[in-house]
Amino acid sequence: MTAQAPIIHGMGHAVKRKEDPRFIQGRGNYVDDVNLPGMLYLDIVRSPYAHARITSINVEKAKALPGVAAVITGKDLEPLGLAWIPTLMNDKQMVLPTEKVVYQYQEVVGVVAEDRYVAADAVPLVEVEYEPLPVVADPREALKQGATVVRPDKGSNLAYHWEAGDKGATESLFRDADVVAREEFYYPRLHVSYMETVGCVAHYDAISGKLTLWMTTQAPHAVRTVASLVTKIPENKIRIISPDIGGGFGGKVYVYPGYIVAAVASILTGKPVKWINDRSDDQPSTAFGRDCYMTAEVAAKKDGTMLALRVKTIGDHGAFFGDANPSKFPFGLFSICTGSYDFKSAFVEVDGAHTNKPPGGITYRCSFRVTEAVYAVERIVDVLAHKLGIDPAQLRIKNFIAPDKFPYKSALGWTYDSGNYLPALRKAMEKVGYEQLRKEQEEKRKRGELMGIGISSFTEIVGAGPAHTFDILGLKMFDSCEIRIHPTGKAIARFGTKAQGQGHETTFAQIIAEELGIPIDDITVEEGDTDTCPYGLGTYASRSTPTAGAAGAMASRKIREKARKIAAHLLEAREEDLVWEPGKFYVRGSPGKAKTIQEIAFAAYTNYPPDVEAGLEAVDYYNPPNMTYPFGSYICVVDIDKGTGEAKIRRFMAVDDCGNRINPLIVDGQIHGALAMGFGTAMLEEIKYDENGNVFGANFMDYLIPTAVETPKWETDQTVTPSPHHPLGAKGVGESATVGSPAAFVNAVVDALAHLGVTHIDMPLNPWKIRKILRDNGIQAE
Amino acid sequence: MSMTKMHIRVNVNGVEREGDVQARLLLVHFIREVLGLTGTHIGCDTSNCGACTVVLGGKAVKSCTLFAVQANGKKLLTVEGLAKEGKLHPIQEGFWEKHGLQCGFCTPGMIMAAYHLLQKNPNPTEEEIRRGISGNLCRCTGYVKIVESVQYAAEKMRVQEAQVAAR
Amino acid sequence: MIPPNFEYFAPNTLGDAVSLLERYGEDAKILAGGQSLIPLMKLRLASPRFIVDLNQIQGLEYVRESDSYLRIGALTRVTDLEASEMVRKKYPVIYDVAAHIADPLVRNMGTVGGNIAHGDPANDLPAVMLALNAEFIAISPTGERTIKAEEFFIDSFTTALKPSEVLTEARVAMPPARSGGAYLKLEKRVGDFAIAGVATQLTVDGRGVCERVGIGLTSAGPTPLKPKKAEESLRGKKPDDSAIKRTADLAADNANPRSDLRGPAEYKREMFRVLTIRALRNALSRVSGGS
Repeated sequence: MTAQAPIIHGMGHAVKRKEDPRFIQGRGNYVDDVNLPGMLYLDIVRSPYAHARITSINVEKAKALPGVAAVITGKDLEPLGLAWIPTLMNDKQMVLPTEKVVYQYQEVVGVVAEDRYVAADAVPLVEVEYEPLPVVADPREALKQGATVVRPDKGSNLAYHWEAGDKGATESLFRDADVVAREEFYYPRLHVSYMETVGCVAHYDAISGKLTLWMTTQAPHAVRTVASLVTKIPENKIRIISPDIGGGFGGKVYVYPGYIVAAVASILTGKPVKWINDRSDDQPSTAFGRDCYMTAEVAAKKDGTMLALRVKTIGDHGAFFGDANPSKFPFGLFSICTGSYDFKSAFVEVDGAHTNKPPGGITYRCSFRVTEAVYAVERIVDVLAHKLGIDPAQLRIKNFIAPDKFPYKSALGWTYDSGNYLPALRKAMEKVGYEQLRKEQEEKRKRGELMGIGISSFTEIVGAGPAHTFDILGLKMFDSCEIRIHPTGKAIARFGTKAQGQGHETTFAQIIAEELGIPIDDITVEEGDTDTCPYGLGTYASRSTPTAGAAGAMASRKIREKARKIAAHLLEAREEDLVWEPGKFYVRGSPGKAKTIQEIAFAAYTNYPPDVEAGLEAVDYYNPPNMTYPFGSYICVVDIDKGTGEAKIRRFMAVDDCGNRINPLIVDGQIHGALAMGFGTAMLEEIKYDENGNVFGANFMDYLIPTAVETPKWETDQTVTPSPHHPLGAKGVGESATVGSPAAFVNAVVDALAHLGVTHIDMPLNPWKIRKILRDNGIQAE
Repeated sequence: MSMTKMHIRVNVNGVEREGDVQARLLLVHFIREVLGLTGTHIGCDTSNCGACTVVLGGKAVKSCTLFAVQANGKKLLTVEGLAKEGKLHPIQEGFWEKHGLQCGFCTPGMIMAAYHLLQKNPNPTEEEIRRGISGNLCRCTGYVKIVESVQYAAEKMRVQEAQVAAR
Repeated sequence: MIPPNFEYFAPNTLGDAVSLLERYGEDAKILAGGQSLIPLMKLRLASPRFIVDLNQIQGLEYVRESDSYLRIGALTRVTDLEASEMVRKKYPVIYDVAAHIADPLVRNMGTVGGNIAHGDPANDLPAVMLALNAEFIAISPTGERTIKAEEFFIDSFTTALKPSEVLTEARVAMPPARSGGAYLKLEKRVGDFAIAGVATQLTVDGRGVCERVGIGLTSAGPTPLKPKKAEESLRGKKPDDSAIKRTADLAADNANPRSDLRGPAEYKREMFRVLTIRALRNALSRVSGGS
């Protein structure tokens, strides 16, 4: 290679992101930045009640306000068949109500005006009369006999009952166990709190009959298909564009009523219509995460050998069962809850409940309920450790799945592709100085000072998924890449996914660069336009690298095969005599006889062999053979202020193994961000409801996400255990730390208080919860 | 003089701009919708997130919590005004170099807050940086790389200052 | 969230401002920093028909010592308190609070007058003003008057100011030698309203006896609170451990916090005790030259 050869920046390069120049100069293009001539603005009247019959809606005053173009109610949607639409889990959801509202802040009426100021003025002019109904806001109450039924059309509040595992075998292991540890956990209701709220611009062109929707969606293609099936608008007449998205974290997979109302408003008015959710409307009405009650039990021998795991869960799904889940998994991939441990048997069951709360459940970087699963197992392991008086690290080490057991079939039926758990934990322990910290803790306890060390050694399941098991509304969960190499050797690559900050424009270019030897600066990556991009299921649940990333590698390899034919033609050599090295083919034994990928690309349009089609393009729809199973070990060190009950994170060490890393800088960034979300979960965040279904934590004043001040200074490291089935050996990493970290925080705080007999504290770890424990133990505050 | 509508003049990124505005028009909407500068974002409605941060009269403020009329006669700097003659400002460079952004939505506000912070305190400690950007929420980065971005910029700006002084 | 329509005035003199306020009475609101008013208007919890913007009036932004007072102009931005060397050195309790009101961006706009006159029991400056026994100067069409801080806060969001009055200055008697103060704010998260906040200001004589004791509580009930019994209990005493704890007990007894998202009342009450102990100790350490 000559000195002038461009740097390709393939796999493993911590290259700066290609997308950043526009963002740092204020030239991103988010939905609210889309402005079309004559555009109108939609605002939404929302319900003050959690459950109420609508006795009348009077829109006359609102319509009479100068500048108001249309007012849309459920009655207007009914004849279009759009008052209700299907959810992602084969339930249905209201767009706008015709009879009753089922949660506070539910969308009731859409008001369309010439600008957002007039629309906002019209909202209070809409007169809606309600007759309040009894409310059920707690899923445990909802499942009791005689509870108010949220959905008369479904007859009861039980959305589903789901089980996995061998109940009998598990029970018998529990019967014979030396010791059983049991604990109840509530995983609070959270909101992802992307910095950009949801919104759209709908533009229906009456002449072409085409509806274009710029919208904040993580899954544009699936949205198009469903929109077409529901509205009967031909699928070629619907174009979904996901422009730059200001964070998604699962909350932007859902289809919200505002999108539908905006589209209808555009059809009715003949003008483009913009809807941007206000934060104080978004937080209480869009999809939540978690909100479930878990009872976890582990059966073990006296020596700490864990035998069986049992978890019973009640999940709150709100008024409509619409989790963004794979169809066959009503409670997501919760059955990964055996985690990193070699259990003989396990059994889980979940009751899903309807309540007078908004729908959701799968959001907040959770990998389809893997968060809850990991929290349950990583907490109960600690409970067991304290019960047995065994160091939590040692108990984990004793029960880790041994590296020679991979691929490993878990007690609940998953086949883990690869894993090597001990080195990750050992590394975290060494880096944080675990033994020293334990000594310090012992000394401090003698002085009456409180510190704790919490471990979480999680295993994730991501990359949904293999077509035999994974679909959403019947759409198999493949993903795709289409690459075109231009005559001058530059490329455009389009994917079925859609980044919301993950950096696909860089990492996907790196994958192609790795495979084809084209420098990343010569590769344009596009996503999020259903008119131009190949079909895919979108970006969520850490699936983009395992699916679309793999498709990028496979499409590149198809191109390389064609390039070989053209190179053979150009070099007058046999294909099998050509050797590939990044960026060129050369004739075996004569490295000087070579054609670069750029020369080959030019020839693909100017001088290709007679038996080969022109052009250099490929498309790949990648069906992963298995899920990927990233893992890691986290250690949190916490100091407790006895006077105030504040838990202050002293250190947080995260060792992640996500297989091969495409861009270490971006991987590190993903882990940092997810750790901060885990920190928010553990320490701050919660959406609460009172018994009347009134929501608390409905805006950024009351729902506190971490600032730079409290957020710990993350320390990260890695081990590398490649996925054996992914073409690049990568596994996906976006959610690892959100999934893995909450248990580490809680374990640390409980560890600090364990000598007082504390076995569990529910998140968020508010200082008053901790202070109450100290007070109850006679520890004076000062 | 009283009005529900007013004519205002604002020096925006060095250029005199003017427009007729309703008295209630928020500065952020003036910037985004009247001036067409969409780099300044709206992330909340309770003055918590800082996505709308701009520098007005030399101070970083939340443009969602001012009326446009309050900017009348003042100098306004938005993220679009930072790069000069195609050259990125050191803070912009810092965010790019150190991976101080992911989705990019909080980034302009974060950059403008950092800009004012470094004007006031060219050599901030990590703690001072963290406090200085505590009015700006980021949900993607976990802040560590934002802190590093600001540190990078501070260092670079100090070197530039020293070079200017040496000349 | 969009504020409702209003008519906007930006008078150039205080005289013009108060006559506008007199003309429009309860329908008018003063715009100073706007960091409380504008969010309330966006949420449509406030819908004033008239806004009187004070920011065109010259001479209301200052922090200076004169005539044995520290004088703070009502339009002084919180950030300017934070930046003042004099405040940092001589009025540490004010420096403390200035660094803990909302966030740096809000502090760049938010004013001292606004933080006080808004009458929000969760605002931080009022407690400090109570601890310092501050006085507020207000101007109205009928002239100027001085209101003691402890007589200023009537109820939640209700102060002694009449609709036609403008707060123009907060003033604090310059502390004698051997004085020190501190403000401690317990927050769920930085930038949030206080779970509990305690301001203390002490003057100790040559024998180590407390001559002057000022305490103010944030988020302790419907108004910012001056726990007088607590103050009295320490006055004339040596601030030893038991005296401090006794004072803190009385301060906590005086507090009447409510259970909300920022904690149960029982916890908050206990925190007034803890923060009072810590803030008194902190103030004492500053008396003896500590920071």
